[in-house]
Amino acid sequence: MSDFVQPEHFAFDAESEAAIPPLVAKYPAGKQASAVIPMLYLVQNQMKRQTGSAWVPTAGMNEVARRLDMAPIRVYEVATFYFMFNLKPVGKWHLQVCTTTPCWLRGSDEVTAACRAATGIKGWGETSDDGLFTMTEVECVGACVNAPVIQVNDDLYEDLDAETTKQLLDALRRDAPPKVGSMKGRQTSAPEGGPNTLTTLQFGAES
Amino acid sequence: MLEDKDRIFTNLYGLHDPMLKGARSRGDWDGTKAILEKGRDVIVEEVKASGLRGRGGAGFPTGLKWSFMPKQSDRPCYLIVNADESEPGTCKDRDIMRHDPHKLVEGCLVAGFAMGACAAYIYIRGEFANEAKVLQAAIDEAYEARLIGKDACGSGYAFDVYLHRGAGAYICGEETGLLESLEGKKGMPRLKPPFPAAVGLYGCPSTVNNVESIAVAPTIMRRGAAWFNSLGRPKNSGPKVFCISGHVNKPCNVEEELGIPLRELIDKYAGGVRGGWDNLLAVIPGGASVPVLPKSVCDTVLMDFDSLREARSGLGTAAVIVMDKSTDIIKAIARLSKFYMHESCGQCTPCREGTGWMWRVMTRMVEGRAEIPEIDTLEQVTRQIEGHTICALGDAAAWPIQGLIRHFRPEMEARIAAYKARGAGLRMAAE
Repeated sequence: MSDFVQPEHFAFDAESEAAIPPLVAKYPAGKQASAVIPMLYLVQNQMKRQTGSAWVPTAGMNEVARRLDMAPIRVYEVATFYFMFNLKPVGKWHLQVCTTTPCWLRGSDEVTAACRAATGIKGWGETSDDGLFTMTEVECVGACVNAPVIQVNDDLYEDLDAETTKQLLDALRRDAPPKVGSMKGRQTSAPEGGPNTLTTLQFGAES
Repeated sequence: MLEDKDRIFTNLYGLHDPMLKGARSRGDWDGTKAILEKGRDVIVEEVKASGLRGRGGAGFPTGLKWSFMPKQSDRPCYLIVNADESEPGTCKDRDIMRHDPHKLVEGCLVAGFAMGACAAYIYIRGEFANEAKVLQAAIDEAYEARLIGKDACGSGYAFDVYLHRGAGAYICGEETGLLESLEGKKGMPRLKPPFPAAVGLYGCPSTVNNVESIAVAPTIMRRGAAWFNSLGRPKNSGPKVFCISGHVNKPCNVEEELGIPLRELIDKYAGGVRGGWDNLLAVIPGGASVPVLPKSVCDTVLMDFDSLREARSGLGTAAVIVMDKSTDIIKAIARLSKFYMHESCGQCTPCREGTGWMWRVMTRMVEGRAEIPEIDTLEQVTRQIEGHTICALGDAAAWPIQGLIRHFRPEMEARIAAYKARGAGLRMAAE
């Protein structure tokens, strides 16, 4: 997907419009520029809803600038500085593969290879021919005791190996994403086999 | 060894209800009004007396930091919670926010009140989208239950808590980079002074604290400074959430006392090193930016700020990255160099140019495609970067390489020799 067209216009839809006032209200009067990152997320999420691809076109940045009374260049600076804004279209499933040392030690090379084999994608940042998958190499996503991990769109899939990566991608292809979290069925960050602390506590009625 | 009754994060693994009802059953929001009624000075003194040191990496005394906020201010004051957890190896704040979010929200009120803040902004890293949903739900519940808002806990004190998502930039974990980002700009760190307590968010007095530092504050107020101080070691008090990743049998997060021996931490909670303790090569004890330690040091070192400093490393975020003897240690550190190159904000020349330069040299060191004196050149360049940049990212990029050269120079030299030997072999074959 090296060729793509920047849409000429971007307008917030009703769902995005409804989200804007509470976003801007978090910041003091006159400090609405603080809402630039949340507003760019609105653009990216709306593009996902409307086109199936989560990205931020230039027209969207211009609209954010207009709404927040910022110079467009200030919005471009932000959109290009922060890694999570996609400046070109991505596939339906954005595979953000962590390869930083804690994931690498636990086999992120294997996970990367499994992703390549299952999608046919050769290089980082590329999208599969069917438009379903984009593979991006990301830096530590903050789930290191559940390494290796892939962030798929907004969700973290953890404790992967070659086999479970393949299962994950097969499931995504069928449009049936597995339960988010450990692909080994581990209880979040507890050691495999169950916690060895916090086992002696009793709490009152919870729910 | 820490007993369960002394653990603060009693829902660390998410086995119980993270929301208000469950949180109350675990003791959160119990007597918060009475804590506030003690007055802000008493709270600051209690936290000072507890010996709590910042849990985000630098280990600065938290109560002392709070005391830097002005007693009287004609401008609004802010508490900023650094939830941009991005230090490779670290995933503790994630568990606090998704499993014990009310500890953080209540901590915001207690800490914010103690420093005279009108609001807290929690800056959560963008990747934690699901954690942000849980935390926002907890904030909404707290407003609904009038625990925060116009009359927080019926104390008459008005306090707001806002959640703000970042968008994937490690540098925003640096406190002034975070402030810039929160103001809607690129996260480029500011020169200090002025410090945030004088000129912070929107030019107003602000204090930036790590999630864990804030989340333990209500428990310290309820159980007392003496209790907190009785755990851990002198000047390194309290329990701490450790993240144990890499080549262990059972990677996990666990809350333990500061000062626990590294070996005990790994053996008792993480199922030991893969292949046994003797198969250990090295450990990065506090997140990617602290220097690596060889097994000989790991055998005896204690996990606290001062012990690890004496071992010429650091506690950092208490993220323990374990590497067994199968590890290509040069490659492991080179990957961290790539991380820092990627995450340098580009503002200061030594860091912008230096991180890329170090990574390029490190990739040659991985292959052995270098000359032995280049190891010294590399070491010297790290010294040129360290301390010569606005923020600590330059230092953080330099330290892992310094640790590698300090402890694993023979491996680097052997790699170079092997590469040369291969080259000689090829030349002979060609002749």
